[in-house]
Amino acid sequence: MAERDVERTREITYAAAIQEAIDQSMEEDPSVFIIGEGVPDPKHVFGTTKGLREKYGKMRVLDMPLSEGGVTGVCIGAAIQGMRPIMVHQRIDFLLLAMDQLVNNAAKWHYMFGGQMKVPLVIRAVIGRGWGQGAQHSQNLQAILAHIPGLKVVMPSTAHDAKGLLMASIQDNNPVIFIEHRWLHSMTGYVPQEPYTVPLGAASVIRKGTDITIAATSYMAVEALRAATVLEKAGISAEVIDIRTVKPLDYGKIIESVKKTGRLLVADSGYYSVGLAGDVVARVSEEAFDHMIVAPRRITSPDIPTPSTPALANYYYPRHTDVIKTACEMVGKRDKAGELIEEEEKKEPKYLDVPDPSFTGPF
Amino acid sequence: MENQFSNDTLIELYKSMLLIRRAEEKIVELYHEQEMRCPTHLCIGQEAVSAGVCLNLVKEDCVFSNHRAHGHYLAKGGSLKGMLAELYGKATGCSKGRGGSMHLIDLAVNFIAATPLVAGTIPVAVGIAFALKAQNKPGISVAFFGDSAVEEGVFHEALNFSSLHKLPVLFVCENNLYACQTSLPERQPNREIGKLAEAHAIQTYRADGNDVIAVYETTKKAIANIRSGTGPAFIEFSTYRWLEHCGPNEDKDLGYRSEREILEWMEKCPIKRFKEAMLTKKVATGEELEKLDLEIMREVEEAVAFAKKSPFPEKRALHEYLYAD
Repeated sequence: MAERDVERTREITYAAAIQEAIDQSMEEDPSVFIIGEGVPDPKHVFGTTKGLREKYGKMRVLDMPLSEGGVTGVCIGAAIQGMRPIMVHQRIDFLLLAMDQLVNNAAKWHYMFGGQMKVPLVIRAVIGRGWGQGAQHSQNLQAILAHIPGLKVVMPSTAHDAKGLLMASIQDNNPVIFIEHRWLHSMTGYVPQEPYTVPLGAASVIRKGTDITIAATSYMAVEALRAATVLEKAGISAEVIDIRTVKPLDYGKIIESVKKTGRLLVADSGYYSVGLAGDVVARVSEEAFDHMIVAPRRITSPDIPTPSTPALANYYYPRHTDVIKTACEMVGKRDKAGELIEEEEKKEPKYLDVPDPSFTGPF
Repeated sequence: MENQFSNDTLIELYKSMLLIRRAEEKIVELYHEQEMRCPTHLCIGQEAVSAGVCLNLVKEDCVFSNHRAHGHYLAKGGSLKGMLAELYGKATGCSKGRGGSMHLIDLAVNFIAATPLVAGTIPVAVGIAFALKAQNKPGISVAFFGDSAVEEGVFHEALNFSSLHKLPVLFVCENNLYACQTSLPERQPNREIGKLAEAHAIQTYRADGNDVIAVYETTKKAIANIRSGTGPAFIEFSTYRWLEHCGPNEDKDLGYRSEREILEWMEKCPIKRFKEAMLTKKVATGEELEKLDLEIMREVEEAVAFAKKSPFPEKRALHEYLYAD
């Protein structure tokens, strides 16, 4: 179900959609449990685990020792024994401590043991930006994870897809890394009350257009939509594709769009080199080069660690203005970019480290 | 030798050790043919730990192992044909040729998994125990690992978690004094390994890993406690690897351990010791044990023949098993 078809009756936040997906999955399937640092604490992992401990008890809603690797291993063991664990990392940076278990065990066991083992495991990991979180609290490591055969990686950008993709991830018989951008948690969208799934491995055209294809992940899909609205003022019709699942990635939908528009711009919050945006550019170029009018381009974070101070971070994260500038160049309207961006920048606050003024830190 | 165990139990222990020994001797004999094309870590000299622990287990108990897995796999009842075919990379192998010697599995007997990343299966074994408890199912989980595994972070993480949740899991440390060619004193301070488990509030035992009765008895005690619901247990068994870290050869030429040390430990051969004790105590006659040995050797020969004549996986199967349906 695409979001545009959703009956517009109930609007909830992305965080609430995640909570609802977990709640309904736990209600439907007693083998589902959730574990992670702070899961039952009063802050409820940005509100995404609220009420679960009260409803499902201590054995199914667990806090954890600060043992990312060990607890990931525990979840793998529980998964092969028939349970469906959901593990949560409040920052994806912490997940790095579990890479051995994820890469060497979870990702490989089905293949390595000749198809006899299933690891139905969901790892929720929060990526983010802003509020001076710096080098170890704001990384966007989707590409590293998507590089590993055997893992699936999803990055929903809307509340609707957050619920549907999380329910699908929990039902999937493979290890799925479910990546949430911190700036999406407070965004709202129309979300059906009843349980539903959004299939893994399917990108979604979230805005139709004819001049340029902008394929984007997670929060960059929000930035891309914002840019598309601005580009329209200059007579540029941008088609925006929300990649949604990074592994396995729906290259077909992007190729189909590029065959129509002749231009590809990929926007991802990960690093520039050897990254996800580069992979999409490469694959689409391999398969649809003859349809391309101009060279494909990438909007990403630069190849440097994130600085904490807003004085530098203002220039670090990729933003809708970067998308506008590059898109203008690609369609041969370089002259329009300056004016459009200037107008956008006039609307912006001094600090660009919060998604909206209601966000006052510390996260 | 203790009289508290029946002759049948003693014979089972002997058979279990001997099967491991004969299977690995056959691998040593054939490895040079270059048909078993995977890293292979042999446990000759360490068989008593596998046999003595696993004879205490029932089918629903789950076993995890490491790179040196043949003994644990066979003692838990893993298919010998499946193991040898796996070493030969055949489609009939226990992992259908995708794993090799370091990735053994036999779910029919709940030998869940062996992997070579040191300590990598320990938290997974704890996870199985967590699920068994959550699902209110019988059975315990057993993790075999070496002395170097206790140096890894996840070892402590797994012990802490298992103790916190009082999970039915047995940790079996086979201390063979070496990690590849690096000796224990180069890696750890002079303290008993068991103290690490005690620090996690886990019941801890220590025994001679080359004395199969000591292994069997100690494990029996530990498992009785685990099954009574008191939480995990930890056993350290001292033992010794006769051959090189990986491969079919002796390695005294490398000089990292003395020939005298090797010979002393070979004198303490768990199979020889146990056989002599059984003969002295008249548990069996020499002829009976000889007959048993011949049966085992025939079983090994049959498994080798099966492995050799089995087909390789087909080329088109390369992409199979990436994702589960």
